[in-house]
Amino acid sequence: MAKLTIDDVEIEVPDGITVLQACEMAGVEIPRFCYHERLSVAGNCRMCLVEVAPGPPKPAASCALPVGDGMTVKTNSPMVKKAREGVMEFLLINHPLDCPICDQGGECDLQDQAMAYGVGNSRYDENKRAVRDKELGPLVKTEMTRCIHCTRCIRFATEVAGIEELGATGRGESMEVGTYVEKALTSELSANIIDLCPVGALTSKPYAFTARPWELTRTETIDVMDAVGSNIRVDSRGSEILRVLPVLNEDINEEWISDKTRYACDGLKRQRLDTPYVRREGALQAASWDEAFAAIADNVKDKDGSKIAAIAGDLVDCEAMMALSDLMDGLGSPHIDCRQDGAKLDAAVRGSYIFNTTIAGIEEADACLLVGTNPRIEAALVNARIRKRWLRGGFTVGAVGPRADLTYPHEYLGAGPQTLKELAEGSHAFCDVLRNAEKPLVIVGQGALARADGGKVLSAARKIADGCGLVSDGWNGFNVLHTAAGRVGGLDIGFVPGVDGLDVAGILEGAANGEIETVYLLGADEIDTSHLEKAFVIYQGHHGDAGAHCADVILPGAAYTEKNATYVNTEGRVQRAWRAVFPPGDAREDWTIIRALSDVLGKTLRYDDLAGVRRRMALQNAVFEIVGDLRESEWTKFGEMGVPNGDVFDTPVANFYMTDPISRASETMAACTKSMAKTTQEKTGTDG
Amino acid sequence: MLKDSDRIFTNLYGQDDWRLEGARRRGDWDGTKEIIAKGREWIVEEVKSSGLRGRGGAGFPSGLKWSFMPKEPTGRPHYLVVNADEGEPGTCKDRDMMRNDPHKLVEGCLLAGFGMGANAAYIYIRGEFYREAENLQFAIDEAYDAGLIGKNACGSGYDFDVYVHRGAGAYICGEEMALIESLEGKKGMPRLKPPFPAAMGLYGCPTTVNNVETIAVAPTILRRGGAWFSSMGRENNTGTKVFCISGHVNNPCNVEEEMGIPLKDLIEKHAGGVIGGWDNLKAIIPGGSSVPILPKSTCDTVLMDFDSLKEVRSGLGTAAVIVMDQSTDVVAAIARLSKFYKHESCGQCTPCREGTGWMWRVMERLVVGDAEIDEIDTLLDVASQVEGHTICALGDAAAWPIQGLVRHFRHEIEDRINQRKHSAAA
Repeated sequence: MAKLTIDDVEIEVPDGITVLQACEMAGVEIPRFCYHERLSVAGNCRMCLVEVAPGPPKPAASCALPVGDGMTVKTNSPMVKKAREGVMEFLLINHPLDCPICDQGGECDLQDQAMAYGVGNSRYDENKRAVRDKELGPLVKTEMTRCIHCTRCIRFATEVAGIEELGATGRGESMEVGTYVEKALTSELSANIIDLCPVGALTSKPYAFTARPWELTRTETIDVMDAVGSNIRVDSRGSEILRVLPVLNEDINEEWISDKTRYACDGLKRQRLDTPYVRREGALQAASWDEAFAAIADNVKDKDGSKIAAIAGDLVDCEAMMALSDLMDGLGSPHIDCRQDGAKLDAAVRGSYIFNTTIAGIEEADACLLVGTNPRIEAALVNARIRKRWLRGGFTVGAVGPRADLTYPHEYLGAGPQTLKELAEGSHAFCDVLRNAEKPLVIVGQGALARADGGKVLSAARKIADGCGLVSDGWNGFNVLHTAAGRVGGLDIGFVPGVDGLDVAGILEGAANGEIETVYLLGADEIDTSHLEKAFVIYQGHHGDAGAHCADVILPGAAYTEKNATYVNTEGRVQRAWRAVFPPGDAREDWTIIRALSDVLGKTLRYDDLAGVRRRMALQNAVFEIVGDLRESEWTKFGEMGVPNGDVFDTPVANFYMTDPISRASETMAACTKSMAKTTQEKTGTDG
Repeated sequence: MLKDSDRIFTNLYGQDDWRLEGARRRGDWDGTKEIIAKGREWIVEEVKSSGLRGRGGAGFPSGLKWSFMPKEPTGRPHYLVVNADEGEPGTCKDRDMMRNDPHKLVEGCLLAGFGMGANAAYIYIRGEFYREAENLQFAIDEAYDAGLIGKNACGSGYDFDVYVHRGAGAYICGEEMALIESLEGKKGMPRLKPPFPAAMGLYGCPTTVNNVETIAVAPTILRRGGAWFSSMGRENNTGTKVFCISGHVNNPCNVEEEMGIPLKDLIEKHAGGVIGGWDNLKAIIPGGSSVPILPKSTCDTVLMDFDSLKEVRSGLGTAAVIVMDQSTDVVAAIARLSKFYKHESCGQCTPCREGTGWMWRVMERLVVGDAEIDEIDTLLDVASQVEGHTICALGDAAAWPIQGLVRHFRHEIEDRINQRKHSAAA
């Protein structure tokens, strides 16, 4: 501990922190532009200057100065005031001061700090600098004349995103931030530089000139574009969602979100199901709720439960799955499944399907084995966490499965089951790395589980865990990385086949050969719908995607921003999403639709409000009692006997930008897909 | 005047052979093994007692600097980096040393490197010094071939490598932290201190950065003793120094002289006097472009060493004496320097990036008198907002010439402004 005096107040702070951090602990605000807690210290903006004794008789940059015992810091002396005014003046002389037409207006650090620390007048009569704008792709809009050269974007791209594509060219006044060769940034986290930019140099392209921050209603909720469960803030105006921003959560997303999380929200405005539909004479026709329910009742009433099946999709919330599970139970059907992709996950053992180490726990690990996963596109923030750990050094990563640029160097061990077998038997050289590590972990992706021998892969991974000491007291290094936001919740609810029940593949096969006559698709779009031609298909969801196309009755549901719902992320963390806007048209929150339908079908569910469903969920599985925090899982037997023998592992995510009905409907995600194809395609030598 | 027998750079003018044979004849590489045998402590103590202060401009005591290096091996390599990126306008001493006496530097690298426990020396030479780099590399190759450096250097049992790295001609790369960045292959931008290079320098390893002259004088000091070196000059400003005299003198030259020689003597004795006589002198920049200018009245009496020049609010800097006679437009001269600093600012930190351009633009207007009188005070204020607020000393270097100009020649600027106003009114 170091004792120092900040503005005449004595404070004791831990050794090794900076004066700026110490000032914050003392409750003294220090203005800054370049300093950011999660990036390396640049010390270049000089806004955080303070007077420090003992030391040279000039102001010191507090962001870069380690605290010393007996230090006296002054943050409000005439010297400091003059220094801040000077720096602010320098920052403003070449800043365009075009705040009225700048999207950063109202949430601009420069604007705010100029108000607080600037002088009212200008002494600069020379011409201002103008800088040509840079093209950074479909997400980031640039207005480089506004740049104050804090280099936060450069440091983020280099350190967190792991792409060395941004840098500064030129010297002195001519220094410009850019990519040199103009091209879109090839990172899944690129748009975070918009949040980091303290001025309006980098703003959001899709959101350009859309709204002012003070017009927006803010709702803090949970993202469902992947299974990370990033905490987000949804900004809406009226019934429209205008943008999505990250919310700090140290355990999950820190303060970043992926580009898909941020920008797929414009997909919420397109392809929406806003009224029930019933298929009449081969065509889907708009109908009332009563007509839609009547059509379902006609089909389902008096039908044997074994001929009815339900599949839950990737974005479905726990409440809806609970309600549908109960309804199917009431109808006497054991054929329910939430594993659209056919992943061989064992719902009976929670430890076998969640990310036991936790995302924050990755930072404690010292060796990592990736099996059948490309975390960079499956869960960009998990990948960022792995990279963060790798940057600290003393961390080895090995990968079995798809070859990929993960933004950190890793040992490529092999493509498929053969390598996994060697690892499970302990004969592979990488086993020594795991054994010698104190806290090793394995991450098994859906690419290795969603296949015929997935159960055997799971048990092979378990063997690695047991054989290489991945699970010990206080450390569980066995992890399954999900790509679907609703998956863990579905498994926790128990939305899996009951006794003699069919799984997704069985349901589809049964539907094709007539054994299953009615299929209830709850937001399920990533299945082969050609098998469903003979069956009566009920589709409940929010987008007119694959599932809706083959439906006989469509029940319009709510998207993740339109309902108060529960999601469980890949770690098994139960989180609550909050409604930001109401669902469009006649669409309703999903569990209420099922509740209403159960009435019509004469199988009335025994809860009438959200609290009731949640009580039911907690009764079903105690994990739902704790929100936001984690519950440790037991380490018991799971998996399937045998040796995996299928093809090589591949990632389930072919295109990062389009993985679900929302992102498929998003224009921005389409633009990203196009831009990425252009950026990454091979040059032929004739393309200009 | 310095006795020939006390001269360190005996081939500064290239009259003798610069290669190993000539160097040996002049006494270099003589008894190097025995010096090493006296040990690290002895070398550092001897340099400390010599009172040698860094010759690159800041004048930090060299022995003290060397003693900051870890005493025991840290498991990582330790480096000596020689700053041969001589870019300060007016300065041309290191160039002649490397061209005409490269073995002094190579031997200095070994002895200084041993003294601070370095495993290798990197000589970062200015890119434009092509022939000098050639000579230096030739000398290093000779030294390797003769077993003077490399494995078991001079038979001492100490392994020491010397490498030459050519820069690409940026002034900022002469700043020690920017030099280290550049040497690592990055953009030449100064790093923040702390950590200081002795703890975390080149490639994150303990490093000491020294000027060419500082290293090149070390072998002679160690051979002749710290007491000999400190017997010359004044207290705290000891030894000899190579002065670079340029501008309006009859015989511009590099010359090695005793520290503390009167400026007037230096110019009269070695540079053939000011063109048109001493009375024709207008001003002198005594230590390279960064230090404040001095008017003739000060030049009459001032001594050429760190402390004397500091007393008259200037500095010894690199001891590059830039002489300007009465024909000089001092405002234009300083405006040209402002343009230089604007051009060479790395752009990393705000005050320097924005301030150097602002100062230059105002200076350009002052040259023709296109300004208001109170803009001179604004300029001074801007200069003070830059000075001391930046990561490295380039900001100070950009501010000082302007401050010096206004301090001593404010009347000239005001005259010019008034004159322009009058002629406009007429």
